[in-house]
Amino acid sequence: MPKLPKPPKPPSYSEVRGTVQDNVIWKSIFRPGSIYRKGYRDTSRDRALAAMNNVLYHLHPVKVKRHGLKLTYTYCLGGLSFFMFILLTITGIFLMFFYTPAAGAGAEIAYLNMRELSTTVTFGALVRNLHRWGAHAMVFLVFLHMARVFYHGAYKPPREFNWVVGVILLLLTLFLSFTGYLLPWDQLALWAVTVGTNIAGFSPVFGDQVSFVLLGGLEIGPETLLRWYVLHVLFVPFITVVFLAVHFWRIRKDGGISGPL
Amino acid sequence: MSDEVQMDQEVYDRLIGEGKSERIARAKAKAAAVRKSKIEEGATLGPKPAEEATKALEEFRSSRSGGGGVATKTAAPADGGGGGRLTPEERAARVSASLGNGGDSGSVGVPAASDHTHRLLALVPPAGIQQVQSKQQDKVYTWPHLLLVEFVALLAAGSLLLVASFFLDAPLGSLANVNEVPAINKAPWYFMGLQELLAYFHPAVAGITIVGAAVLLLMSLPYVDKNPSAKPENRKFANMAFTFFLAFWGILTIIGSFIRGAGYEWVWPWVQGLGFVL
Ligand code: HEM
Repeated sequence: MPKLPKPPKPPSYSEVRGTVQDNVIWKSIFRPGSIYRKGYRDTSRDRALAAMNNVLYHLHPVKVKRHGLKLTYTYCLGGLSFFMFILLTITGIFLMFFYTPAAGAGAEIAYLNMRELSTTVTFGALVRNLHRWGAHAMVFLVFLHMARVFYHGAYKPPREFNWVVGVILLLLTLFLSFTGYLLPWDQLALWAVTVGTNIAGFSPVFGDQVSFVLLGGLEIGPETLLRWYVLHVLFVPFITVVFLAVHFWRIRKDGGISGPL
Repeated sequence: MSDEVQMDQEVYDRLIGEGKSERIARAKAKAAAVRKSKIEEGATLGPKPAEEATKALEEFRSSRSGGGGVATKTAAPADGGGGGRLTPEERAARVSASLGNGGDSGSVGVPAASDHTHRLLALVPPAGIQQVQSKQQDKVYTWPHLLLVEFVALLAAGSLLLVASFFLDAPLGSLANVNEVPAINKAPWYFMGLQELLAYFHPAVAGITIVGAAVLLLMSLPYVDKNPSAKPENRKFANMAFTFFLAFWGILTIIGSFIRGAGYEWVWPWVQGLGFVL
């Protein structure tokens, strides 16, 4: 009987990893020091490089104050506000595929879309819920973040201006949430927004103009829906991202997180 | 490429023998060949010797001193090998010396004969650009410490939200109808404090004046609070005032959200239900 050749030994995990990591493409993606690059060792040098040669270097320095890591210092509130913002962006994009901001007698498309979202669209209800609860959570987290910053006196020099940027972010967050509130075009949305926008009409001097610009007419109607849709999905998020960038940049330029107390 | 560099075969063979990869051996062998040819041409390699730098500095000083520049003589002597900070002029001189021109190109850091289109605008000490903490601090590496904490927080918050979204459905009422005012008519919860104020004041007062003042006060807070201390025991008044501020809005929000019913009348939640939709 002829001797069969031995079957080739399957490559070991480290061999596979070596082959995957040791080539031009992989090395072009993962910069020196990346934990995914061949030869990463858990040394001070590589830890520093891992932060420095990472896109997150735009947000984080190589080293941070030890006390800032304690959960009870930031309670992760700013970070979680940002996480909610990202989550809302992702779920919001999903919702945009199934939503048309159109209303009016005989063409209540927006409201119909909302119905379909919870009945026929795969994962539609889940994603809508995520978007809705995430929005409430973000507003709440931003409030809490502001309170934590206050009680730590973290707005004191040199961080005064970042507090001001923060207050603007708070207003933007409220406006983002409020413009989204109208979009389902149900009774709840219509009347909650009516209560809110009536107040704007009482601003001194330009009251009528303000509400006209906000509503796109004398009262809430299909024009308002389109207007608020554009504000909600494009304009306000864009402004928010700009202020977020300034907020994060200032945290680093002001010497990182404040404290310890 | 026209000026293909020859490599030093001897070095290449040695490196291959040592088990280096072909790419690295080739690069190192080429570098060795270049070094060798430079030495043959009589060039000195490595950092410029100290005397040369000092000489360039001297030349630089004499070329500058007539030009009306401010002559600061406060820094460490230029010839001293040890310690002392360099003045900006000295640093510029070192830079120009190491760039290989003792002379003055009219712009700091750019060799006279160069056709570079960009130039160093200024040499600024780091402390001039950003806050530099000279004090040693208790710090840890961002990777892995901070990033792991953030990742866990993200997973925890994400899964909490996912579970909530799985079990609780977002409300969707009947189609909007401008002619049918609902019995219970409320703003989103974060505006309920405001709506509650409207029950007591004219909108121009509650909606515009009070809210406008609150926002302005909040924005100007860091400039109003001049107390430099962040310790709670040193800022009892500030903490108390802010707690009152939060409690004020919190109580208004709770009243508005839960204790108001049809027609915005005061109704206890156990009488008519919560009358509140998120
Ligand atoms: C969209 C809303 C916001 C986001 C995403 C956000 C994000 C962050 C993050 C990630 C930090 C790092 C420290 C931490 O997590 O606590 C931070 C710090 C800070 N935030 Fe915000 N923030 C927001 C709104 C606000 C608001 C409303 C205020 C105040 C009115 C504020 C004032 C500050 C200040 C002063 C710091 C520095 C704190 C320190 O150094 O300890 N931010 N923010």
